[in-house]
Amino acid sequence: MQFSTLLLILCGLVVASFVLARRRAIATAGGYKGIRSLHSLPAYYGYFAAMWAAGPALLLLLLWSAASDPIIMGRVVEVLPEPYRSIQGPELDLVLNDVRVLAAGRGSGTEQQQALQGTAAHYQSLQAASRSLLATLAIFLALAGGLYAYRRINPRLQARNHVERVIRAVLVGASTIAVFTTLGILLSVVFEAARFFSRVPFHEFLFGMEWSPQTAIRADQVGSSGAFGAVPLFTGTLLISGVAMLVAVPIGLMIAIYLCEYAAPRVRALVKPVLEILAGIPTVVYGYFAAITMAPLLRELGQALGLQVASESALGVGLVMGVMIIPFVSSLSDDVINAVPQSLRDGSLALGATASETIKRVVLPAALPGIVGGVLLAISRAIGETMIVVMAAGLSARMTANPLEAVTTVTVQIVTLLVGDQEFDSSKTLAAFALGLVLFLVTLLLNVVALVVVRRYREQYE
Amino acid sequence: MASRISTTMDAAAFVAPAGGGEPGTVGDIHASDPVITVRGGNVHYGETHALKNVSLDIGRNEVVALIGPSGCGKSTFIRCLNRMNDTIEGARVTGEFRLDGQDIYAPEMDVVMLRTRVGMVFQKPNPFAKSIYENVAYGPRIHGLARSRSELDDIVYGSLRRAGLLDEVKDRLDRPGTGLSGGQQQRLCIARAIAVNPEVILMDEPCSALDPIATARIEDLIDELSQNYAIAIVTHSMQQAARVSRRVAYFHLGMLVEVGATDKIFTNPSHRLTEDYVTGRFG
Repeated sequence: MQFSTLLLILCGLVVASFVLARRRAIATAGGYKGIRSLHSLPAYYGYFAAMWAAGPALLLLLLWSAASDPIIMGRVVEVLPEPYRSIQGPELDLVLNDVRVLAAGRGSGTEQQQALQGTAAHYQSLQAASRSLLATLAIFLALAGGLYAYRRINPRLQARNHVERVIRAVLVGASTIAVFTTLGILLSVVFEAARFFSRVPFHEFLFGMEWSPQTAIRADQVGSSGAFGAVPLFTGTLLISGVAMLVAVPIGLMIAIYLCEYAAPRVRALVKPVLEILAGIPTVVYGYFAAITMAPLLRELGQALGLQVASESALGVGLVMGVMIIPFVSSLSDDVINAVPQSLRDGSLALGATASETIKRVVLPAALPGIVGGVLLAISRAIGETMIVVMAAGLSARMTANPLEAVTTVTVQIVTLLVGDQEFDSSKTLAAFALGLVLFLVTLLLNVVALVVVRRYREQYE
Repeated sequence: MASRISTTMDAAAFVAPAGGGEPGTVGDIHASDPVITVRGGNVHYGETHALKNVSLDIGRNEVVALIGPSGCGKSTFIRCLNRMNDTIEGARVTGEFRLDGQDIYAPEMDVVMLRTRVGMVFQKPNPFAKSIYENVAYGPRIHGLARSRSELDDIVYGSLRRAGLLDEVKDRLDRPGTGLSGGQQQRLCIARAIAVNPEVILMDEPCSALDPIATARIEDLIDELSQNYAIAIVTHSMQQAARVSRRVAYFHLGMLVEVGATDKIFTNPSHRLTEDYVTGRFG
């Protein structure tokens, strides 16, 4: 039986359970007039039965699809023709892959495939058996579940509570997926980083002043000492993020103040969507804006002023990144400034304060914790930003505080280390995971601090 | 039900008084020594005509209570006197509003100066997220009323004393004003208002968010303040109006129905609507 046919049959059984159970619930209550004597609305009895019909069968499908192939393959290995009997490991996988290809009817007639024809046929028959067994079991489970629920229906059955419990479990499951994904990502980075730190000492990575991740392939190779001191990357990241925040925070804040306190509703209705467009521009586009427009502009400007400006200067990258973050800062600040109660503004205005005095002395101080939280979130955004810096920042790790020079960032180095053909057992590649771990921890810390700050502020006015 | 219908009909008849001319307010709208004089005041919020042709004086050292059912225009009226309606989108004020003879809505009238002369206390206590001291010092600071720290101290302490709050807070002036109790917060807001030494204090239901004891304290305070300030207080409590005011103005559907001495309004009102309201027949 085809898998889709099976699904259709199961759907039919579930729907039938719903309809029948609902009808039975009404019947046990003595028709529509007696519905008030039921614990729950009739539809809940329907959902109750439908869940019993669908749940176990779906669980079986899930488990079966995960477990059946390895079991079948185990049986196939036993009947492999003689020359292949003793093969192990990756080569065995290749052979089995050929069996699969043949079974799917896509064989290309190589010598090995000729020899495996019989095995493939055996594999096919096993698969067919597995499928029909699955279909029988699933339909049986759906029927049994539906029937069980159907038999349990009586006016005192708390069908609504059962249904709501299941729904809640589904919701909890959905939210745990996000948590476990985060955990999984963290763990995958942690394990690779641990491999890196077993080669390069922890302190050398965190406090080393030289970054030059080329490791030697041959012992006598020149110029590939392999230094993994990440400090120049951190300073480069900080420099570019710093420039970005110098652009984004004042401008974003001023936009928020204007929109909240001065702008007419019509202006507000126009400017807010435009800012959202700015926030929606892909960072790749910002990237080539930085590389193609901003960088040459700054270089020419620098030449006119007699300054030496690198064509991948931290200034240009930072400026563009700042523009990217403006909507972020402005919309977060907008929220917190709006959350300042109107009564405070009225109180200040009624004392004869001007609008600007009110903003400076009452609104902004009251909104400050929230604004700080927003800025922290923006910083973590800037630190983690990748595309702009990959396209427009430099590659050489230089430790400098001069924004006119080219610097590189943590994210740029991660990309460079991982792009192209890589061996996953060299320090060079593993360094990317150590950098990723640092990045993850720093942004996590910033986010947590920002959330705590914002929450504390929210409590003040509620 | 029948009385409600007749009330509405009375109000309708009231919009166009017989003979045109003067608005049909019953009683004497004049005060002997007026600080505020309003003649033919109208307010529109967009399409809504919120205040209809109101004329009223508020005298020096006098407490005028504004009473009436919700939405009758009493808050709108006092918000005209310090131009707080300016902050409301689509509000339009017409008519004559004068403070000491100066037109409140004249182009040359600076709204900042106006509001230092006409202070306001709001329904819900709204201390700033600052220390108690800074809350009171706020007005004097922005208007440069104190040339030195000691002068500022004098203003702050004096205002807190006059608001009857000094003894309760003098040990914690550097603590946030939002940490005080509701009644203390409201007295802090009164102290904040009198710190800039206004001539008139507008109070928009200043006790509606407070418990009876805190209310009694504020009422005592209003009584004391009336020796130095003209006070217009909006209230939903007729007992409060009777306790604190010298004159009472009864508003109905945006119109000023009756003005009179407090005891006359509560014992022997002239207008049917006023009588219905003060005897609790509606409102």
